[in-house]
Amino acid sequence: MTNPNHTAHEPDFDAVTGQSTTGHSWDGIRELNTPLPRWWLWTFYITILWSIGYWLVYPAWPLISSHTTGLFGYSSRAAVALEVQALEQRRDQQAAGLKTASLEEIKASPELLRVALARGKASFAENCVGCHGQGGTGAPSYPNLTDDDWVWGGGLKDIQATIQNGIRWTQNADTRMGEMLAFGRQGMLKKDEIEQVVDFVRSLAKLEPAKGANLAAGKALYETNCASCHGEAGKGNREVGAPDLTDAIWLYGSSREAMIESVHNGRAGIMPAWASRLDPVTIKALTVYVHSLGGGQ
Amino acid sequence: MTTSPQAQAGKPSLWARHKIFETNSILLILGILIVVSIGGLVEIAPLFYLRSTIEKVEGMRPYTPLELAGRAIYVREGCYNCHSQMIRPLRDEIERYGHFSLAAESMYDKPFQWGSKRTGPDLARVGGKYSDAWQLQHLNAPRSLVPQSIMPGYPFLATTELDVNRIAQEMRVNRMSGVPYTDEMIANAVTDLRAQVDPDHPQADAFQKRYPKAASRDFDGNPQRITEADAMIAYLQMLGTLVDFKQYDNKANLR
Repeated sequence: MTNPNHTAHEPDFDAVTGQSTTGHSWDGIRELNTPLPRWWLWTFYITILWSIGYWLVYPAWPLISSHTTGLFGYSSRAAVALEVQALEQRRDQQAAGLKTASLEEIKASPELLRVALARGKASFAENCVGCHGQGGTGAPSYPNLTDDDWVWGGGLKDIQATIQNGIRWTQNADTRMGEMLAFGRQGMLKKDEIEQVVDFVRSLAKLEPAKGANLAAGKALYETNCASCHGEAGKGNREVGAPDLTDAIWLYGSSREAMIESVHNGRAGIMPAWASRLDPVTIKALTVYVHSLGGGQ
Repeated sequence: MTTSPQAQAGKPSLWARHKIFETNSILLILGILIVVSIGGLVEIAPLFYLRSTIEKVEGMRPYTPLELAGRAIYVREGCYNCHSQMIRPLRDEIERYGHFSLAAESMYDKPFQWGSKRTGPDLARVGGKYSDAWQLQHLNAPRSLVPQSIMPGYPFLATTELDVNRIAQEMRVNRMSGVPYTDEMIANAVTDLRAQVDPDHPQADAFQKRYPKAASRDFDGNPQRITEADAMIAYLQMLGTLVDFKQYDNKANLR
């Protein structure tokens, strides 16, 4: 502990600086006992006083089974409830009619439409873009919402029902149900039969069938296996979510391989039901927004 | 405060008493220990008994073995580095993510996944927001669905067999830290795990009885194997879904 360069001396007064010294000296240099700057010290004392005020005003001290609640009974839960309420009120002022107006009325009123589109756009950006993409252009197995090809219907009511109840979202009793069977995996069609039916469907959609495909056999297989949902002419059926097979829009890809995969394993895209996550007004706004993306019917 | 040489010569003034601590390191350490313990006692200890911090909320149940395994993978892969699981009681967070998180919703999280630093979105209520197929594709290749995402892909989850042998042990450790797993739950851990990915499993009813309302299906779209993706998606799909906020009386708990 002994430092050869360190010597102790009696604390004394340094005339040059007007400060006392600590009583330590290193190599003959004595250490000044300079106090903290006054402004710093006073700021420190004020923060202590401030904390006492804070204890009084806000919830602070723990007690036996609860805590001090502060003079004004502040709680972050109550505060945020008020803020959310204020937001609701502001929205009501912007467009009081949005709550009660029907979807058609919103479409018809430029003022309601403007607010609904703005709200729908904001909600879409948080809740829908994950699957349907920014701008609603979709991704493989997630439908493009900007075209006029609708699996489950593109009217206002159809879109609203889809958003509310989802597709094959079994927790929701009213969800849209439809099943594209796994014709190959479940043994209903053999491998060469699947290829025949796929080649026939390709001919419906004006896609190139494989060379030397037996379209007549494919047509017969189509009529017994596929026509009940997709229709005799392949125009689809929105009641059961069976897509139109004659257009150029292919949710799972238009390659022969993708189509064979669809027939072999079936397809069952799932969309969550939003009625349990979003309030009815937001769903209305989303409906109008999606309807306005380009393909609304 | 300036101490005059006169004061130092005699009895030190009140303002110079800290010299005792500054010149005696053992005393300084003891002083720090006392002050820090008071801070700890006042700030931490009450959280274990205050009614508002240990409120009981209907619907909470311990994780199923499969969900617990998924949670372990979530922690192993460091998902918490970018994703929090805590919706703060702030207007904008409620607007975006839903009802603010309750302390009770993390009561079986050992350790909890709270946080306020988010590189990715909060996941406290991600359960039911996307389909299983979406979660799988998003884990495999995030940018195939969200082009602007900077999340790394985790394609190996779907190809890695889930190690089911450690799950009972994991449940025992959770029980040591307070999660109410019964002996029956631990004894049936592996069976319950298999029953959750297969609704036609002979023990499916027993599983549902032990873990009411737990979702039971093949999560990764591959019924042949139980992969890490099964566990991960089962976990993600139940996050934030246990408490029914239509039933939860918000006003009663404003404190």
